[in-house]
Amino acid sequence: MPDHLDAYIDAAAQALGIPVQPEWKPAVRANLDVTFRLAAAVGDKELPDDAEPAPVFRA
Amino acid sequence: MPSPRRSSEPDMDTGWASATEIAAAVTAGRVSATAVVEDALARITARDPVLNSFTDVLAERARARAAEVDAGKTKGPLAGVPFAVKNLFDVKGLPTRAGSKINRELGASAHDQPLIERLEAAGAVLVGALNMGEYAYDFTGENVHDGNAHNPHDATRMTGGSSSGSGGAVAGGLVPLSLGSDTNGSIRVPSSFCGLFGLKPTYGRLTRARSFPFVASLDHLGPLARSTRDLALAYDAMQGPDAEDPVCADRPVEPVMPALTRGVDGLRIAVASGYFRKGAFPEACVAIDRVAAALRANTEIEIPEAARARAAAYVITASEGASLHLDRLRARAGDFDPAVRDRLIAGAMIPAPMVTAAQKFRRWYRTEVLKLFEKVDAILAPATPCTAPAIGQQTFVLDGVELPVRPNIGIYTQPISFIGLPVVAVPMVPMPPMPIAIQVIAAPWREDVALRIAYALEQAGVCAAPRPAL
Repeated sequence: MPDHLDAYIDAAAQALGIPVQPEWKPAVRANLDVTFRLAAAVGDKELPDDAEPAPVFRA
Repeated sequence: MPSPRRSSEPDMDTGWASATEIAAAVTAGRVSATAVVEDALARITARDPVLNSFTDVLAERARARAAEVDAGKTKGPLAGVPFAVKNLFDVKGLPTRAGSKINRELGASAHDQPLIERLEAAGAVLVGALNMGEYAYDFTGENVHDGNAHNPHDATRMTGGSSSGSGGAVAGGLVPLSLGSDTNGSIRVPSSFCGLFGLKPTYGRLTRARSFPFVASLDHLGPLARSTRDLALAYDAMQGPDAEDPVCADRPVEPVMPALTRGVDGLRIAVASGYFRKGAFPEACVAIDRVAAALRANTEIEIPEAARARAAAYVITASEGASLHLDRLRARAGDFDPAVRDRLIAGAMIPAPMVTAAQKFRRWYRTEVLKLFEKVDAILAPATPCTAPAIGQQTFVLDGVELPVRPNIGIYTQPISFIGLPVVAVPMVPMPPMPIAIQVIAAPWREDVALRIAYALEQAGVCAAPRPAL
């Protein structure tokens, strides 16, 4: 994904209607890069298909 | 009744007196609430030009409220105690700015946030609203709109965030009590950097109605103070269900004050190992070791998959936070703090499967961590990996890797709030050149256990809020 991040950001910004200025892109890219790496680490955890997500969270 | 014009009780140092001491003196008539509030307002005038912890000082309101307390219209365990709240709490007559430029265009709030109402019903006096990181997406205390908050122990250093003013105002002796919010660590980080006691209660314990949200499934509100007893006093006054917040649990008030002094005998206390040692600066390791020794906590315990928990909290935060602000990003992106804007824009672009995977992991992690509490009553972990960095510092080295400061200060707080566990942050003494705190973590709904341990550490002289040389 990182190799394609610039194109992804351009497409997502357009699709979402967020006016990303050129000078903001390096920081947006850096943040998205970190987020995707962390999300990949989460995704590496094997969980069964019927694992219940916690969209409504209770302590 | 004491004369409202009379200055504070001669032997009471209201600049550092606890809420407990102030309330006792006001209740006994040894000092008036008016005098206490005037002292607080004078300290704010004198010190806040340096600390920048307040964004709104409510002098007229506070004086009127104090006069009511002195007239006997309000009696309670917090009689005459001045306090202030992070500016994401609704305060009647103020727009709820939440650290932003955009929100200050909102109309004035019609009502106070319910925790303000509950504290005032107990006799406390709101004196103002406090600086914070924009929209609470911050661990530093930096804010481009209202200026950076400055650490009372060294004004060149961060207070921590996002409850930056909540930390600076209490550590700087402006007020003995403040309220903040904690989504990923925003009460515990300023408690650590400013040397305070902070309580992040169980998720759902204290109502969040009429506060500006950040991440609905992670947002908590709670108090910061200079003693455990003050935390308990405020916490007991704020508990209770509230139908206005759908997350607020329908539980009766469970007062912690009666059990506070019971000591730690019989409590099984362990030290978090693995992830919570990795990356910690020497001062954080020393703090943990000293607290563990004082509590005779000889057992280490591994919180399973803590790194992944932190990663999942990061992903959910970015995505939910961006969802909240999507319309503002579309229409007003240039009006955000750039450091917040760029993170939120990235958050808006996270594919949904990544967020769902994080929520699935969250459920698994919660189940596994709750099993630990069958074996222990509390877990100790650092609150922050280091003491307060310099304001403006961009990076630090954790475990040999240079990383950005802003998102990484909360590496030890995020895996805990991720599943809503109650935590008390306790500051160490003697402190290194700057303060640092550790987390006392308990099972859900067992704030009493964490507060008992914090109180015992305070009584043993291991933990205290250090007084800055202001």
